[in-house]
Amino acid sequence: MLKIQNLHARVEDKPILKGVTLDVPAGEVHAIMGPNGAGKSTLSYVLTGRDGYEVTEGAATLNGEDLLALEPNERAAKGLFLSFQYPLEIPGVPALTFIRTALNAQRRARGEDEIAAPAFLKLAKEKAAALKIDFEMLKRGLNVGFSGGEKKRMEIFQMSMLSPRFLILDETDSGLDIDALKIVSEGVNALRSPERGMLVITHYQRLLDHIKPDKVHVLAAGRIVASGGPELALQLEAEGYDRIVGAAA
Amino acid sequence: MTLSTALKTGDLSALPSRRDEDWRWTDLRGLLKVLPPVAPAHDGDVPAGPFAGQADAETVFVNGRRVAGSDAASGVVALRFVALADKASQGASHALVVKPGESLVLLESHEGRAAGYVSDVALDIAVGEGASLERIVLVDDEAEAVNVVTAEVALAPGAKFAQAVLTSGARRQRIETRVRHPGAHAEVRLDGAYLLAAQRHADLTSVVTHGGLDGVTSQLTKGMVTDQARGVFQGRIVVEKGADQTDARMGHHALILSDKAEIDAKPELLIFADDVSCAHGNTIGALDDEVLFYAEQRGIPEAEAKAMLTVAFVGEVIERIEHEAAREVAAAWVARKLGSEA
Repeated sequence: MLKIQNLHARVEDKPILKGVTLDVPAGEVHAIMGPNGAGKSTLSYVLTGRDGYEVTEGAATLNGEDLLALEPNERAAKGLFLSFQYPLEIPGVPALTFIRTALNAQRRARGEDEIAAPAFLKLAKEKAAALKIDFEMLKRGLNVGFSGGEKKRMEIFQMSMLSPRFLILDETDSGLDIDALKIVSEGVNALRSPERGMLVITHYQRLLDHIKPDKVHVLAAGRIVASGGPELALQLEAEGYDRIVGAAA
Repeated sequence: MTLSTALKTGDLSALPSRRDEDWRWTDLRGLLKVLPPVAPAHDGDVPAGPFAGQADAETVFVNGRRVAGSDAASGVVALRFVALADKASQGASHALVVKPGESLVLLESHEGRAAGYVSDVALDIAVGEGASLERIVLVDDEAEAVNVVTAEVALAPGAKFAQAVLTSGARRQRIETRVRHPGAHAEVRLDGAYLLAAQRHADLTSVVTHGGLDGVTSQLTKGMVTDQARGVFQGRIVVEKGADQTDARMGHHALILSDKAEIDAKPELLIFADDVSCAHGNTIGALDDEVLFYAEQRGIPEAEAKAMLTVAFVGEVIERIEHEAAREVAAAWVARKLGSEA
C-alpha cells in the first residue's frame, strides 16, 4: 500500500523531513505521533503534493505507483485523501457541488463514467444520515460558518463519498469535543477495511482510544525515532515525548 | 470627446484619449488611427439572441440600424445590438421611458457576430415616479472589436433602478452608466461582472449623482482578469449639497489570475452633504492557494478548481439579479466563459 523510503523534504530552504521510512500495508492503521515541529504536517503535505514542499531525496509510492511524480489531483484520483487539520471554507460553492465535482473529476481521471445526479444525491443522503449531518447543510457554501467539529465531520463525509484507498488524517482530533470526537472516530472506523490503509497523525493519544492503530510511530526532528504497537502511544502519554525522543537521539 | 461624435463627424480628434482623466485607462485615440467605413444595412436573418424566448417584446439594432422595434416599456423587453459586419463602424442610440408606477425588465445584449467592428451605443433612460427598471446587460464582443456603451439614467422620486452588466471585454470596451439620483426614496443597485482573458479590455465606469434627501445606492462589481487582460473599474458616487440621509455603498473586488493581467480601479466618493452614510471597499488579489490546494487534493484539476472558485466569486453579483430567467442566463454565461459548464 503506502511505502515511504528515506524521504527528505524542505520548505523554502529549511530541511524538515530528514529520511522518513514507513510502510503501511493495506488493511492497517498506523499512527504518527510527535512533538510540535517534528514534521507531521509536512509529511502529509509532501505526500499529497502541496506547492512549496520540495522533496530532495527518497521515494513515496501508493500500490507501487510513484506519488511524487503526480499532481495533487492525480494523487487524489489514485485514492489518496488528506483530511485537513483546518478544513477550508469555500463561499459560493455548496458542499454537494464541491463533492460531486471532485468525485466526477476523480472518476474521469480513472477512466470511469461520471456519477449521475440522482445516484449521487441518494448516496449523499445515506452517508449524511450515517454521520448525523443535516442534509440542508450540504446545500450551503462548503464549511462556511461551520464549527470546528462540523468541519471535521464534513471531512469524514467527503471521505465516505469519495471512498479513497488511503487516508491521511492530520490532527483530526484538534478542536473536537468528546461527542464530536466520537462521531468522527466512528465515521473513520466505518471506513476501515482490508483494502484500505490509514495514517493517523496526532499529537495526543486520546484519538487513538477511538481509532485503534495497528502500529504507532514517533516522528521527531524529521525522522521516525521509535515504532511499536498501540502500547507505545500509552507510554508516550505517560512519559512525555522528551524521554522517548531523547532516548532515541 | 466621444466615440459617437467621432463616428458622426469622422473627426478622430474627437476621440477620448489618455489625456482625458476619465478615459486614461481606455485610450481610444491612441488605438483608432482610422475609422472603419460605416456598416451596411443588413439584409437577412438575425440569429437568436442570448435572451431568446424570454421577452414579451423585442427591439433589435443590427449594424447600428433599428430593424425591429417595440415601444413597450413594461413587462419584459429585449433590447439587442447586433454587429454583423466585419471591420465596419456602427452607432446607435435609443431612448426608453418607464412610466410612473410601471415595471420593466430590460434584457439588453450586445452581440458581436463580426470581427473588428467599432460600435457606439447611447441609451437615454428615464424611470418615472414609483416605477422600476431592472436592466441586465450581457456584452459579448468579438476579441478585436471596439465598443462603447453609454447609458444616461434619470430617476424620478421613489423610482427603482437595478442594473447588472456582464462582460467578457473586447479589444477595447467601455460600459458607462450615469445615474441622476433624486434621493426621495429612489433606490439604485448598480452591479457588474467582468471576466477577461487573452488581451481583452473592459472598462466599467459609473457615476451616480445623489441630488436629494433619502437616496439609496448599492453597488457591487466583481471581476477576474487572466493572461494579458486588463480590467478597469471607475465608480464615482457624488452626494450633492443637501442630499442628506444618502445611503451609498460601493464595492469592487477582483481576482488577478496571471502576472501579466492588470486591473485599474478608481472608486470615488465625493460628498458635499453632511448627514450621510457612505462607504466603499476595493480589493484585488489572487485566488487563495490554500483553498486551491484543498480542491486539488480532493481530485479537482487546477484549472477546473480555479474556474469553480471564480464562478463562486462572481456568483455574488449573479445572485443579486432579481429576474429569475435572466439570472439563469447570466449564471450559464459566466460558467461558459470560465469553461466550467455543469
